[in-house]
Amino acid sequence: MSMAAPQPQTAVDPLLRVEHLSMRFGGLVAIDDVSFEAPQNQITAIIGPNGAGKTTVFNCLTGFYKPTIGRLTLNAPHGRFLLEQIDGFRIAQRARVARTFQNIRLFAGMSVLENLIVAQHNKLMRASGMTLGGLFGFGGYREAERQAVELARDWLDRTALTAHADAPAGSLPYGGQRRLEIARAMCIDPVLLCLDEPAAGLNARESHELNELLLRIRDEHKIGVLLIEHDMSVVMGISDHIVVLDYGRKIADGAPAAIRQDANVIRAYLGEPEHEDLPSAVAADIEKRGG
Amino acid sequence: MAANATSTSPAIGVAATLDWPEILKTAVFAAAITFLLAISIVGVETQSGPGGLTLSTRFPEVAIAVVGVFFGSMALSLIRGGYPVPAMIGAGLVTGVLLVVLVLEAENPSLKYLLPFQAVVIDWGAVIIPAIICVRAAQVAWRARRQATGAGDTAIGIQIGGLARRLMPWVGLIMVVVAIALPWLPFGSSQRKIIDICTLVLTYIMLGWGLNIVVGLAGLLDLGYVAFYAVGAYSYAMLGANFGWSFWICLPLAGIFAASFGVLLGFPVLRLRGDYLAIVTLGFGEMVRIILINWWWVTGGPNGINKVARPSFFGFTFERTAPEGHRTVYDLFSSVFGQEFTYNPYWRVVFLYYLILACALVTNVFTLRVRRMPLGRAWEALREDETACRALGINPTNTKLTAFAVGAMFAGFAGSFFGARQGFVSPESFVFIESAVILAIVVLGGLGSQVGIVLAAIVLIGLPELFRELKDYRMLAFGMGMVLIMIWRPGGLLAHRDPTIRLPKDPAKPKSPA
Repeated sequence: MSMAAPQPQTAVDPLLRVEHLSMRFGGLVAIDDVSFEAPQNQITAIIGPNGAGKTTVFNCLTGFYKPTIGRLTLNAPHGRFLLEQIDGFRIAQRARVARTFQNIRLFAGMSVLENLIVAQHNKLMRASGMTLGGLFGFGGYREAERQAVELARDWLDRTALTAHADAPAGSLPYGGQRRLEIARAMCIDPVLLCLDEPAAGLNARESHELNELLLRIRDEHKIGVLLIEHDMSVVMGISDHIVVLDYGRKIADGAPAAIRQDANVIRAYLGEPEHEDLPSAVAADIEKRGG
Repeated sequence: MAANATSTSPAIGVAATLDWPEILKTAVFAAAITFLLAISIVGVETQSGPGGLTLSTRFPEVAIAVVGVFFGSMALSLIRGGYPVPAMIGAGLVTGVLLVVLVLEAENPSLKYLLPFQAVVIDWGAVIIPAIICVRAAQVAWRARRQATGAGDTAIGIQIGGLARRLMPWVGLIMVVVAIALPWLPFGSSQRKIIDICTLVLTYIMLGWGLNIVVGLAGLLDLGYVAFYAVGAYSYAMLGANFGWSFWICLPLAGIFAASFGVLLGFPVLRLRGDYLAIVTLGFGEMVRIILINWWWVTGGPNGINKVARPSFFGFTFERTAPEGHRTVYDLFSSVFGQEFTYNPYWRVVFLYYLILACALVTNVFTLRVRRMPLGRAWEALREDETACRALGINPTNTKLTAFAVGAMFAGFAGSFFGARQGFVSPESFVFIESAVILAIVVLGGLGSQVGIVLAAIVLIGLPELFRELKDYRMLAFGMGMVLIMIWRPGGLLAHRDPTIRLPKDPAKPKSPA
């Protein structure tokens, strides 16, 4: 395991530092030398046209892929982790990086509450003495489970799902499933939350509520949020910092206001301009929609 | 058939016009297919006569089958077309006439000519089909009426689900009480036979509950479950035969051996899902059986191991006379109750019955408890979505391996009991069909449902045993039972899943109106 001893954090160390990340599948280069940082207590958005490699970045960060090249350093309050060297589920277990999925992945047959309890698996597993203690009814399992339920109730309240707590997760409406997936990710007590298109398929009111929820998570939990999103009202409305990918390369990196003006970004989204007067008009259009 | 009828049911209620040419075309087509199939399978029969094989024909049967299918197809078309009532009446009439004839036939041989087929068993089978059509038509008609009055299907589903949830603990309790009282009920001369069948059913219930951990909870399709059963049986037989160890020492050892075989199987299949997993586990089951046959200098080969030690009542034997330095259970009870008991072979049968009942109940209590533990929830989460499990920091390797190991352990216990009961183990007892039957019990009972498995085991094991007189048709009934359950309850007999934890009422604040 690549867990170095917890080091005193210096103010300049960002929560997540991605350096020279490349991911190749055979001859296909999905990500090509991408570097960026995601500070603590900020929402960092990753945007880009379809196929730009956004989800691949997430999969590298959360251990679903092993990067071909690159260093992913997580400077969490509980220690420093080199994510590219930790395998699979341990990134969530030890480094506490949580994620959601583009196509919602809930435990559809289990109840909403159970989804949130399963997310606290490792904590409860320790409390139940690897199940044996809990099975024979000793140890602090009962108390641990009560606390887990209380944490779950807290998240149910925040995501307005309390009334559906005992219903199967698959029976929730689409927006509810999106919120539940975020609540479930928060139940592992993450230091970095990676959200893969959380607003996809939401209506205007729901995506507004999503914005509020994400801002609350950022402000109250002091964690870093990494966000892939196509919905510009979400991206421009809440992100502190935007990274733009195109064809696996980073083409821009900066505050939302700067990104809107960026010529590379406009070209990537709308293609090469034929007339000299197009960029300003297009920029204005994006400005209007984004604001 | 039934599935099609369901998909078109929204059309019911509106008076649809019937497309007679289409209905006739369908019926003729079905009849023609029946004719082609039946002419070779039913129409010609080989019989061994004095001069070798001769052919005899059964063309009237073919004709009856063709006519039956023709009208049956028309009845189904009527149901689908929105006129279930005539189909119900027609099918009901046919069912009624056949039933009356079948019942009265014993006293009135002349009625025999009214029966469609020569063999009585086939006639009984033939009654079932119009009966099914009749029931189905009635169901469709009833639903159409309900829809007309504005009540939906889902409401009934929820009601039944809620009712099942409230009644389930009581049903379970009553079942346990009945099971405990069973050896003391007066069944007369058939008592021993009934206890024997119940012991067999309980063995399968225990196996079903064990496999349910692997298939029902963890969602790992295991077609080689019988291998662990074999490991348990052979562990006990070999340890007992070679070292003279008693049943009570061998029972936990058999469980441990079987569990380690579970881990052994688990490792190579960690990355496999669905069909691939099924094929590898199937191969594993066959491997174990073939090793048992070919490793004859250890396992006794195809002859198996006989003279497996019989279990004792905590050291007190059930034999007529105890070996040197031991006492019989009859002596023990005589001295405890101050009443003379003599040798009675029924005691051993009852003891074995209670033994498997206790083992099965332990399996059940374990499953019920572990479902509320993080491990059990992780199993279910793994069944639902393995990728999401990884993203939540659940170790999929450990979770899968524990499911395989725990499931295998209970099969090992059951196997060790099997060896002790039979007094003889051989590879023949552990063929693939056993795995298939256990899996059928789990799937037909409703994946994950403990009571459903009991019902399915009674239907699939108990009933065929009771109707042993029907010989080969027994298996036909077995298959038909499976098909019918799959058509009507594709999720299993009791497919309702109850959450393992419910949100307690918050004492701090009143429940918010949502």
